[in-house]
Amino acid sequence: MSFEIIGTYLVGICLLIGTGFALVGTIGLLKFNDSMTRLHAPTKVGTIGIGALLLASMINSYLIGQGSMHELLIMAFLFVTAPISANFIAKVNIHKQSCTAPPPPLRDDTWSTLNVPEADRELAADPET
Amino acid sequence: MTRSFRWLFPHPLLTVLLAVVWTLLQNEFTPGMALFGVILGIVITKATAIWWPERPGGVHVGRLFSYAMIVLWDIIVANIQVAWIVLTKSNASLKPAWITIPLDLTTPEAITVLAGTITLTPGTVSADLSDEGHSLLVHVLHTDDPDGERDGIKERYERRLKEIFL
Repeated sequence: MSFEIIGTYLVGICLLIGTGFALVGTIGLLKFNDSMTRLHAPTKVGTIGIGALLLASMINSYLIGQGSMHELLIMAFLFVTAPISANFIAKVNIHKQSCTAPPPPLRDDTWSTLNVPEADRELAADPET
Repeated sequence: MTRSFRWLFPHPLLTVLLAVVWTLLQNEFTPGMALFGVILGIVITKATAIWWPERPGGVHVGRLFSYAMIVLWDIIVANIQVAWIVLTKSNASLKPAWITIPLDLTTPEAITVLAGTITLTPGTVSADLSDEGHSLLVHVLHTDDPDGERDGIKERYERRLKEIFL
């Protein structure tokens, strides 16, 4: 078994793992019926799915002799930005009350998304306007 | 010495990070490119220092590295658990739950890293922070024991982060 054959098998295994988790994430996105549980599916694709695909790309680039480190940067930026978008989707769900209401916080008065400033209380009480 | 160091490097860690990102973007390591990365790191941090008057506290780099390894391992394990839940549980038998975590961390950097870790670990998404920033709201995909989940996050991640961000 030469180096190239082992490398090719590794690339294939990584591609299968990545696409497998992406498939499971998509099934989850379609199957769940609540907006908050749906949010859990893309986080899976964003971590292992993309991670395994990028690992495959990196191994392949070294196999063909044009080593690439860009995948590490892609992974780093993805890991930094993915939680932000998930957090914003969750905040919108809480704000539009399209999920079960969260319990009150243990330490403070209320959650920051539900914290309406004094001047806007009337507007918040009457969503029609 | 320290004053001229602080004048040249208002944010030393950001300078290092920018140099590393620049070198990785080049895709090949040459001394000239590494030097240019360091120059970029100094110029950019100097130019934007006026908007970042406060320097974030120290970071324990060794502990941060072992923390990253633990999180990567947890991501792999949790991915398999969540994939199993997605494929085998029906919607009716799923038990999603909100859990609230009282925070012992106080610095914004530490809370951001904790919230990011919780979201990256499949099965949990950090949803909101309380208005004064002393509690974190987390949504769990499927759990039989919300209190155990909360204690697990506090024990596994928050305790370590308290030691990393000094």
